[in-house]
Amino acid sequence: MRKHKFFLGFTFLELLLLSTLFLYSRSTVSVLNRDEVPAKRELVRYLKLTDLSLWTEARYTRHPSQADIFTPFQDFPSSLEHFPAGSIIGPESIVLQTAITPGRP
Amino acid sequence: MDSLIRTENVTKIYNPRKPDEVRALESATLNIDKGEVVVLKGPSGSGKTTLLSLIGCMGRPTSGRIVVDGRDIAKLPERFLTLIRRRTFGFIFQQFNLIRNVSVLENILLPLYPVDISFADMRLRGEKILEDLNIRDRMNTKVNKLSGGEQQRVAIARALINGPEIIIADEPTAHLDRKLSTDLLRILQDLNVSGKTVVIATHDPFVYDHPFIKRIVEMRDGRIQDIRLT
Amino acid sequence: MRHLKILEYALSSLLRRKYRNISLIAVYALTIAILASVLFLTYSLKLEASHILIDTPDLIVQRLSAGRHDLIPMEYVKTISEIPGVGSAVPRYWGYYYDSLSHSNYTLIGIDGDIPGLSLLEGRMPSAPRECVIGAGVGSMRIVGTGDTLALINSMNTGVVFHITGTFRSVSNILTNDLIVMSSKDLVQFFDLPAGRATDIAVTIHNPNEVATIAGKIRTAHSDTRPITKSEILRTYDAVFNWRSGIMLTIFSSALIAFCILAWDKATGISAEEKHEIGILKAIGWDTADILELKFWEGIVISLTSFLLGLIAAYIHVFFLNATILSPVIKGWSVLFPAFRLTPYIDIYQIFVLAFLTVTPYVASTIIPSWKTAITDPENVMRS
Repeated sequence: MRKHKFFLGFTFLELLLLSTLFLYSRSTVSVLNRDEVPAKRELVRYLKLTDLSLWTEARYTRHPSQADIFTPFQDFPSSLEHFPAGSIIGPESIVLQTAITPGRP
Repeated sequence: MDSLIRTENVTKIYNPRKPDEVRALESATLNIDKGEVVVLKGPSGSGKTTLLSLIGCMGRPTSGRIVVDGRDIAKLPERFLTLIRRRTFGFIFQQFNLIRNVSVLENILLPLYPVDISFADMRLRGEKILEDLNIRDRMNTKVNKLSGGEQQRVAIARALINGPEIIIADEPTAHLDRKLSTDLLRILQDLNVSGKTVVIATHDPFVYDHPFIKRIVEMRDGRIQDIRLT
Repeated sequence: MRHLKILEYALSSLLRRKYRNISLIAVYALTIAILASVLFLTYSLKLEASHILIDTPDLIVQRLSAGRHDLIPMEYVKTISEIPGVGSAVPRYWGYYYDSLSHSNYTLIGIDGDIPGLSLLEGRMPSAPRECVIGAGVGSMRIVGTGDTLALINSMNTGVVFHITGTFRSVSNILTNDLIVMSSKDLVQFFDLPAGRATDIAVTIHNPNEVATIAGKIRTAHSDTRPITKSEILRTYDAVFNWRSGIMLTIFSSALIAFCILAWDKATGISAEEKHEIGILKAIGWDTADILELKFWEGIVISLTSFLLGLIAAYIHVFFLNATILSPVIKGWSVLFPAFRLTPYIDIYQIFVLAFLTVTPYVASTIIPSWKTAITDPENVMRS
């Protein structure tokens, strides 16, 4: 009649491990926020960077924040998306953006 | 003297007002006293199993009263019915109805799981009953690996684990040979001698002709035809 | 005590079908691990982006020609500087370089003036002609480092040799992996950019609340410009790492559909054996609440164990193993994908939502099919 003890003990261990991992997250994040993030922000500030260096296969995947709506179709208007990274980048913010008018953020 | 079990004009209809309506029991009136051994005798479809299950608080009558130990069970909420069933009755089913692939000990302790007693006390009770019925050595064996006679004793042990006052047995010898039937009746007789009330539904003459049976209730077509002392 | 005993029985019941239930936990945990991995990965990247890109310029002004990004005249710098509220307007020189040797694309950035020693730079910034600083990805592609030389082919198809004065530390890979930083003059010469043109203009604004207004004024002054605000840049990365779009959505919904099939299979009914067992339990003294509690425990044991195991696996996969399984998906065709350690940002709200979406339906799909049998009178057992 020990199964319930084993289950409860095992569940407790899982919860303990998860709590430890989450606490580790919190402490790592605060250490990184203290050490690494200011240094990375310094880089962004001095080099005037606008994008993360993730997908280098195309201009609009390397600098998605700088790409205009037409860039993915640069080859031809009906050109289909042929970079895998393009399927990770949702078009939402670009497509939904209207022309900037005074007073609108 | 007040009867332990009293039924007054009990009727049971299954699927009422539907095409497959079955009037399983009609106006059954019966008294059973403490310490009696009563047989409900009749062919298949006579209503004996229905009457047995209603007496054992397994269901409610369509009409009529059933009083068990002073309580009208027809009006009780399900939770109280279960409590009475658990405390007062021990059931031995026709096909034993043991849980396959589960050990002997676990099977007999099943009625004690929803009860507030500790694991240790539960186990002690189980081992004692197995000892009394001579199957303690098979305690950890899965029931599907037992012989017919051993399974029978496990079924009896499960029926007794809660210390019930009344033993209900539905066609207990239906799948047993003569030797096992004799063993079973001897156990029931011993239980009766120790003070338990026994109610058996059967159409087996080996049972209802046995000397320890005190009263026979003849049933046919859902009605009680005759009640006689043996 | 009663509850522990019913839990004990539930565990015995599950162990009776040991291999089936262990497989179920494995599949269920894997599904949750995939779901949670996608959530952890996208949230971590999103937060990383929002934390470090916060210092990006307030406005980047591009020039468009026939809908395409074109070089911007230097005269625009003066006009923009004169708009009230603008702190500074500085031309940016940058571009792309395809390295045929490694089949990878680099980003070249030109800088002007003195830049203080950056803590994420090993070495120093270029201070003389034909000097450069490279990202760790460039270094590993070309197998060069600080003190070495880097040969690039310019727009006239001539080799140009740069002396590497510094390398960005790998901890900054997420920003600098493919960068080559040189003086603006070197970059203009390298790309043979026409005189008086820059790639775009970086604008700083005194009052952040005036960004949109000033952007509007820039557009009014120069109708061929496209100002991009800082908030738009940050919003881009919200969308990029949004699990609700693109391939992440495909992975996420595939896992969710697999899970729904699992739950549906359970919910479509209980077996005759299970029904019989419930009938026996009711007959021997278990009431409806006890049966439902039994089913509840059976559901919780499987779903909670799977959820916790899946979550732990996802955490280890994403934050200790750098999402190795998902990385081919997010890497795409990038030759130069940065090797970086993801910061373990966790959104507790997402975890609770995931728990609710995975544990609750499974428990419900265990209890509900048993409900009808559990509320039936046990006399049916006598009649079977």
